[in-house]
Amino acid sequence: MSQETRNVRFVQGNEACVRGALYAGVKFFAGYPITPSTEIAEHLAIQLPKIGGAFIQMEDEIASMCAVCGASLAGRKAMTATSGPGFSLKQEAIGYAAMAEIPCVIVDVQRAGPSTGLATKVGQADVNQARWGTHGEHSIVALTASTIQDMFSITVQAFNIAETYRTPVILLFDEVMGHMRESLTIPEAGELSVVERLKTDVKPGVNYHPYLAREDGRLPMSDYGEEHRFHVTGLFHDIWGFPTEQPQQVDKLVHHLVDKIETRVNELAMWKEFYLDDAEEVLVSYGSCARSARHLVESRRQKGHKIGLLELQTIWPFPKDLVREKTANAKNVYVVELNMGQVLSQVKQAVKDPDRVYLVNRLDGTLVTPTDIGKIMRVIEGKGI
Amino acid sequence: MAYTDLIRERFFPHIWCPGCGHGVVLNSLLHVVDELGLDPRSMCMISGIGCSARISGYVNFHTMHTMHGRALPCATGIKMSKPELNVIVPMGDGDAMAIGGNHFIHACRRNIDLTAIVLNNRIYGMTGGQYSPLSGRGILATTAPYGSIDNDFDTVSLAKGAGASFVARTTAFHVKEMAKILKKAINHKGFSAVEVMVQCPTYFGRKNKMGGAIDLLKSYRDNTAPLGSKKLEENPELIPRGIFVDEERPEYCEEYANVIAQANEE
Ligand code: SF4
Repeated sequence: MSQETRNVRFVQGNEACVRGALYAGVKFFAGYPITPSTEIAEHLAIQLPKIGGAFIQMEDEIASMCAVCGASLAGRKAMTATSGPGFSLKQEAIGYAAMAEIPCVIVDVQRAGPSTGLATKVGQADVNQARWGTHGEHSIVALTASTIQDMFSITVQAFNIAETYRTPVILLFDEVMGHMRESLTIPEAGELSVVERLKTDVKPGVNYHPYLAREDGRLPMSDYGEEHRFHVTGLFHDIWGFPTEQPQQVDKLVHHLVDKIETRVNELAMWKEFYLDDAEEVLVSYGSCARSARHLVESRRQKGHKIGLLELQTIWPFPKDLVREKTANAKNVYVVELNMGQVLSQVKQAVKDPDRVYLVNRLDGTLVTPTDIGKIMRVIEGKGI
Repeated sequence: MAYTDLIRERFFPHIWCPGCGHGVVLNSLLHVVDELGLDPRSMCMISGIGCSARISGYVNFHTMHTMHGRALPCATGIKMSKPELNVIVPMGDGDAMAIGGNHFIHACRRNIDLTAIVLNNRIYGMTGGQYSPLSGRGILATTAPYGSIDNDFDTVSLAKGAGASFVARTTAFHVKEMAKILKKAINHKGFSAVEVMVQCPTYFGRKNKMGGAIDLLKSYRDNTAPLGSKKLEENPELIPRGIFVDEERPEYCEEYANVIAQANEE
């Protein structure tokens, strides 16, 4: 078999995510079964022991996210996977991970909600939950993808960002992407960069401050079990990790948690674009919807329409500058998503003329088709149905 | 080893009220770690939320002050990642038995090698004296102004039933016994559940007219008896103390090591 065919596989999205996680060096998974994310747990149950990692099925979603926090502090790249209702349960410990600056990855293969909703049907309505699901102020990174290949590489990116900024990173996939099959070319080791945890170089016997940021904002870590012993808490804490209620320190920490991400919006922005150079109609989409959007763009381009697509891969922090720039010359902007306009509201805030931004959506657990998008565009363009 | 190596002096004085039983447990634990000659670098302490949970800030181990009720799953993630660590999980009664009840029974069931200490003061101290699942009927609390109508759990029976391989109970009065039990619990391979009855003079004692710290300690002396003792035989109403279960059963991380071996054979 040639090198190329050996590395090509026909896989489900959830499996591509698993392979991406393994490529990035995941060594711990804790989870609780929930459709449509369960295949991620099932594949890792097979793969992790083979590389000396650990897989555990916990008693609930809350416990899974807690175990991930513990494993990460013990030095392992750690992840969990879930879907809407399970994601809600994990929020408490996601907030803890944000506050205690514990790198970890949470996959949310979105399904239609609210509540238990439609267990086996697609939705994209956890966009706001990813950003605002926890209480208190902190920022968060949430990424998504629209091809099986991208699910692999975005998962690698998620681990890289988590380890770089000591933050939980959320992968907002959706049911269609999780369950769809496509070919995946697995990159050779070294082909994609993999970020390892920044370890402290403080010598034994010298005070190590786990929450003292370097000049570049990064916080060198020491793992549990190593030389330096320190305290981790979900309370506001000082550079030792010890609880504090001092207004100055509290204020400083909130700003740190928000700024370490929000000041890097443009650095963290990942996207794909199709035919945007001269586009008068711009579609903005992500995940499975971006596939339908792209299909429509391709077919209209063939007919000579000036239409393009901006596919977002970073949802949070929301890439405002990027969206403003890419839609600057558009007559109309259409946001295609499976919710009531969660990204739409962000796009409206980003662009010069919010009245030119329209929503194309479905809320019935089925995918938006290119025809759906076309119909709504015709109505808005005043061409009838 | 000097005790100063085992505590974080700069984080003292502690936040506990005068006469609180939590300091007794801290003292006992430090003695045990010292006597066992454990390397502090191998020691982890993972706590939940509440007065008792603050104990993790004071010991110079790898420490994690988690969310309410979540100490055991956090500890499970650590232990699975580094089974060589000695992981101690102190929890309050509400922490372990109410919000963390599900985690508690499943940690027992897995028989993962953690030492869980349930510091039972029968009240929520940090939030100001509400009743807990271990308060028992008739107890007065801010949320039970007419007396609690809730039945309580028996931590020992619960841990036994859920499959813990080491189960014990002691009190803050019986300091030597506590040290002995904690020593065995830490050395035990598998899940150890140790209930320590600790006094909360501030909310439990005062509210229930049971007096101050000394009165509560005396009540532990008078209302409990060692397992198998004549005193207990003569008066079965007394609360039994001692080691209820001490069995060798497959430990979770060791079992997972077998999974790793099996996965690599195939
Ligand atoms: S409120 Fe009760 S349990 Fe809490 S520190 Fe005071 S005495 Fe101890």
